[in-house]
Amino acid sequence: MSEETSPTLMQSLDPRKISNDSDDCATLVEIDRSCRAPLLIFIISGLIWLLIGTGLALIASIKLHNPNFLSGWSWLSFGVVRPAHLNTVIYGFCSETGIAVALWLMCRLCKTPLIHSGIIIIAAVFWNIGLTIGIFGILAGDSTSIEWLELPAYSSPILFISFALIGIWTVIAFRYRREPMLYVSQWYLLAAFFWFPWLYSVANIMLVLEPVHGTLQAAVNWWFAHNVLGLWFTPIGLAAIYYFIPKIIGRPIHSYHLSVFGFWSLALFYNWNGMHHLIGGPLPAWLVTISIVASVMMLIPVVTVAINHHMTMWGHFKAMKNSPTLRFIVVGAMSYTLASLQGIASAIPSYSEVVHFTHHTVAHAHLGMYAFFAMIMFGSMYYIIPRITNREWPSAGLIYIHFWAVFVGMILYIVPLSIGGFLQGLKMNNPDVPFLEVVQMTLPFLKFRTLAGLLMTVGHIAFFANFIWILARCLQPYREPVAMILKGTIGLESKEENS
Amino acid sequence: MNFGPLIFLGIFLSLASSWCGLILIPLFQFGKMEPVTIEMTGEIYPQPKGGEAKQGMSVYRSNGCIYCHSQQVRPRGFGADIERGWGSRRSVGRDYIYDNPVLLGTMRTGPDLTNIGQRQPSEDWHFSHLYDPQITSPGSNMPPYRFLFETRPIRNGVVSENALKLPANFAPEDGFEIVPKKEAKALVAYLLSLQATAPLPEAR
Ligand code: HEC
Repeated sequence: MSEETSPTLMQSLDPRKISNDSDDCATLVEIDRSCRAPLLIFIISGLIWLLIGTGLALIASIKLHNPNFLSGWSWLSFGVVRPAHLNTVIYGFCSETGIAVALWLMCRLCKTPLIHSGIIIIAAVFWNIGLTIGIFGILAGDSTSIEWLELPAYSSPILFISFALIGIWTVIAFRYRREPMLYVSQWYLLAAFFWFPWLYSVANIMLVLEPVHGTLQAAVNWWFAHNVLGLWFTPIGLAAIYYFIPKIIGRPIHSYHLSVFGFWSLALFYNWNGMHHLIGGPLPAWLVTISIVASVMMLIPVVTVAINHHMTMWGHFKAMKNSPTLRFIVVGAMSYTLASLQGIASAIPSYSEVVHFTHHTVAHAHLGMYAFFAMIMFGSMYYIIPRITNREWPSAGLIYIHFWAVFVGMILYIVPLSIGGFLQGLKMNNPDVPFLEVVQMTLPFLKFRTLAGLLMTVGHIAFFANFIWILARCLQPYREPVAMILKGTIGLESKEENS
Repeated sequence: MNFGPLIFLGIFLSLASSWCGLILIPLFQFGKMEPVTIEMTGEIYPQPKGGEAKQGMSVYRSNGCIYCHSQQVRPRGFGADIERGWGSRRSVGRDYIYDNPVLLGTMRTGPDLTNIGQRQPSEDWHFSHLYDPQITSPGSNMPPYRFLFETRPIRNGVVSENALKLPANFAPEDGFEIVPKKEAKALVAYLLSLQATAPLPEAR
């Protein structure tokens, strides 16, 4: 970003300064260069959180079949490590890489360089400080024990400040865009950046700072927690899918109308879903029923989006072989459909009666957050990082290891644990089976989960190593790549026109 | 197409609608629920937790017991909560009006604890179980909470009154005893306070 072309903060808020002159459009190179520092900060810290979160996950997983493992310290006990895992991967890895991907998509689609990158850098610093304090707080025993909001009251406001900065930046970037046409990804991103601060502040105020009374807390809790998935991660993930699939295979999205329809039906139904986490619970029946209905209505946006993506990919699945980005993104997109269908099923009372309170829910959460969202983030990063660093990925082998380890790992995690959870639920609903027998029955599945987790860990380490390697290359002067890293990859992915 | 402001309005209205529907209306409906007088016994239910039990709730919170234990009994005919003896009736909103945070929980790696104070009223049982669940429940995957206990030398050959009576294979070395720290005492006081037995009319 050169200073002359970048507007001041005030100018960028001034509507008269918006220029639709297409000569003015920034080049892709210019945009990518402007994204470099702020995005790398988010990505580096996001990946460090991923490694920490993976370590915590392994500890928690081992403890469930080996309760004496590391049991001497309160800060490593299961009920502490588990929320620490959730918060590092959700607010650390997923949110930080999600923000990086979202910012980059926003710049690309608005055809503006990342203006005022200072705001984003400050936001990244605040976010990490807030989260670090919060995670230490959880380990020290200050967890709120409110799911998805475990970060103690002294850390969440710091995250909020950071998020407010990013939100303001998005509005400015959007206002100052040089491409008047809006693409569906931008809708999702705008919505996500607007919805999340709202959700986060309302939930923190109503649950942590000035708690409401009684089971209303549970209503606020699940309104928030479900919407973090539906209105924060899902829109970012879908925005990335909508951008990358057409970009990489080089054809437009199948249907504009379906994408519009998919967006509005998601906006309409998803945010009413949360109370299906409380089926059978001590809340008024009407409240839970609304959410069950809304959950079933989610079939509409999910099927719409699935058809749209699938029809776009139709006939081009071979491209997955050569493009790591596409491979991760297509797997993620398919997982989105599966996760949604599993979620809808779990919201139906007769199914919920069995699987609620079991490991089935844990499997489902990982189908959504990992097999869908994390995969999309991995894929997007494979595309973005070479562009903002202007270097090629150093090792095709590591990409290969990464993909197969996490792909096989996630299947071995999700499928057996879904089945195990379902069986656990059946046994639990049979009062003649002693509880300890139910516990024993789950142990093989839990051990298997640890194995799957180890495999995913291998994948994460491979990715991290490749990433550090590319960063190391940034310190050296640029050299033209000598060989293509994956046959055809470069040919496919760098075929971008500046239009 | 350039409908920036319109899209924004739609985005705003969608979340606003569910915020009103799922939070604001319930806030008016049951956000200020009051305790009631139970007809049969004449006592007021529920009562806020006092002293030690209240501190115990915070031990329960900071150790994350909620990630394995729920505190909500589903109605008869939906699951087997009542048949398993986790409650004599379903849980209702009024049971929780004094709880903060409300620890409904979403996981049952361990049993529901709504009425554990009634189901397992023995303090000693709870101390042994927390010290190491294998003592009372072999094969459990509940973690041991040894860090809530203190191992100390027996003074003047007299074993303290509150020292744990442990089976030989769990007992400390000779000359030592294991006593609960104040966190463990508070936690057990909290567990014993979990009863939810009051026959509320709305829970039938
Ligand atoms: C890893 C999951 C896990 C965690 C964490 C956990 N528990 Fe448990 N808990 C279990 C299991 C499994 C059982 C059933 C077997 C047994 O009695 O140990 C159980 C049983 C119990 C029981 C006896 C219930 C009955 O019906 O007899 C009590 C009381 C209890 N836990 C309290 C706690 C408290 C208090 C904490 C937090 C300090 C806690 N648990 C944390 C898994 C867990």
